[in-house]
Amino acid sequence: MRLEINNMRVFYGKIEAIKGISVVVNEGEIVTLIGANGAGKTTTLKTISGLRKISEGSIIFDGQDISNLSAHERVEIGISQVPEGRGIFPGMTVLENLEIGKYFRKNRASEMAEDIERVYTLFPRLKERTSQAGGTLSGGEQQMLAIGRGLMARPKVLLLDEPSMGLAPMMIQNIFNIITEINKSGTTILLVEQNAQQALQRAHRAYVLETGKVVKEAKASDLLNDPAVRAAYLGTGANNPG
Amino acid sequence: MINLRDAGAELWEGWNRPKRVAFAILAILAAMLLPYAGRYSLTNFLNTPISSYQAVLVYPVGMYILMALGLNIVVGKSGLLDLGYVAFFAIGAYTAAVLGTHTHLNIWEIMPFGMGAAMIAGVILGLPALRLRGDYLAIVTLGFGEIVRIFIINTPSIGGPNGIAGIPQPPTFLGQAFDIEHPDHFFWLVVVMICVVIWMVRRLSIRRPGRAWEAIRQDEDVAVLMGVPTLRYKIWSFSIGAAVGGAAGVIFASQQMFVAPQSFNYNVSVLILSCVVFGGMGNIWGVVLGASILSYLPERIRFISNARELVFGLALVLMMNVRPEGLLPRKKREHLSEEERAALKATRAAMKASKKSESKEAKN
Repeated sequence: MRLEINNMRVFYGKIEAIKGISVVVNEGEIVTLIGANGAGKTTTLKTISGLRKISEGSIIFDGQDISNLSAHERVEIGISQVPEGRGIFPGMTVLENLEIGKYFRKNRASEMAEDIERVYTLFPRLKERTSQAGGTLSGGEQQMLAIGRGLMARPKVLLLDEPSMGLAPMMIQNIFNIITEINKSGTTILLVEQNAQQALQRAHRAYVLETGKVVKEAKASDLLNDPAVRAAYLGTGANNPG
Repeated sequence: MINLRDAGAELWEGWNRPKRVAFAILAILAAMLLPYAGRYSLTNFLNTPISSYQAVLVYPVGMYILMALGLNIVVGKSGLLDLGYVAFFAIGAYTAAVLGTHTHLNIWEIMPFGMGAAMIAGVILGLPALRLRGDYLAIVTLGFGEIVRIFIINTPSIGGPNGIAGIPQPPTFLGQAFDIEHPDHFFWLVVVMICVVIWMVRRLSIRRPGRAWEAIRQDEDVAVLMGVPTLRYKIWSFSIGAAVGGAAGVIFASQQMFVAPQSFNYNVSVLILSCVVFGGMGNIWGVVLGASILSYLPERIRFISNARELVFGLALVLMMNVRPEGLLPRKKREHLSEEERAALKATRAAMKASKKSESKEAKN
């Protein structure tokens, strides 16, 4: 399994949001995209999952060109996205939210119980809330549900869009621990984050995006110590060089 | 506010299967006896002045319920705002009119053609239109409704503005004649169709299509990310809704024996949509109740002539303020749980008590 984005360009009308970026995600990795607001991180994820159309370039997954597959077909071949802002169905219960994560898989009947159990083991909080409406959960619980629901489709690669958004520091820590755990159990992860500190600590490799271009690509641990990155995204560079 | 929906659901949950079946049969029988209610002093308050009560039960009441149920699949279940639903009604009616006057098919044989034509129209409209969302979809469907009507007016071969007369009535069925003398028999026919549609919608709602529609209604982007082929399910929703509208059109045409373009103007679309919203989007029983009231009320108060439009408008405004989600809204999971409700009650009681003691102290 390998996800490869070659020279991708994406337009919103006449505005070019992604100006030819190339990103590679190898099997078993956590790769993170960091960058300021408007750098094109979310657009990149949405284009990989098929919510936005690619204008130029290609997306190769498992050796196949998937640039023209529709979004729901990409879920079938193993790409799941946990959307920004969680995207919980507010009127469905926790269980129904999880079920719909698997609803369109071919052998859903045989996998359902096992995968729900797996999500509940990962997030015991969700088990307590199983028949509660998604809309009544707290932000952290919704994020857990969103990630759990994404896992229901048994993805080969999980695209996470700002999982730490709007969460308390304790909960952020918790969510990132679980992301690491999910990765260790064999799911490749492409992570978009504003919280560069956490993302770089957890990821293997990282790409820095600026106004639709990749300006830097390196091992995450190297970027953590890169003065330019520290100055721009970690907020410590100016006062504390090195 | 009393929650009739939840009270009803609770009662239903508590019943076993034979009890449910018995209730359903009794309810259907009661509905079928409605045409005779006008004759007995106990129930003759139902009688409509000026227009024939039995005819009113068929059109508008029965037809509106049928169409509202069809539109509810589109608007209530999948959240697609359709302002041109009358187009499918018109297509069904005109299919019956053309086939009925040009071929020897009887109405029962024409029915599948009418529904099929409406479904095909639904797919043809849906393929381009359902790529749009929200207001844009509403505008395109509104345009489609007008296009169908204007197309009919300008096509002399299907009667143009004069319409088509001499549409055959359904042949005698089980000894029941369907003619102008027997609006009650037409009403029974409509009741049967309504039951079939309700059964179908209930089956679909609890199965995969229902889940897919629910996901699309709540968040279309996320539905796609869950692997729901949204366009396919939206087109299904559109064309199933259209088929119900088409079926209503076929019956309408054969009951009136005459169709003309002015029966299919924009007002009908809006009225049907009002029925759905008034009753409670997404809930079958709400939609049935809403459609019954909104179609029956204007006929019942016809004696006040034009002022009835005012009453109609007032009823809508009042309802939207008192029950903004309709008479019997769909089940809401975001509501408080039992414990939370009890806690809230206790808090309120405490607040009241402290207020009382305060005012007593102030007096002293």
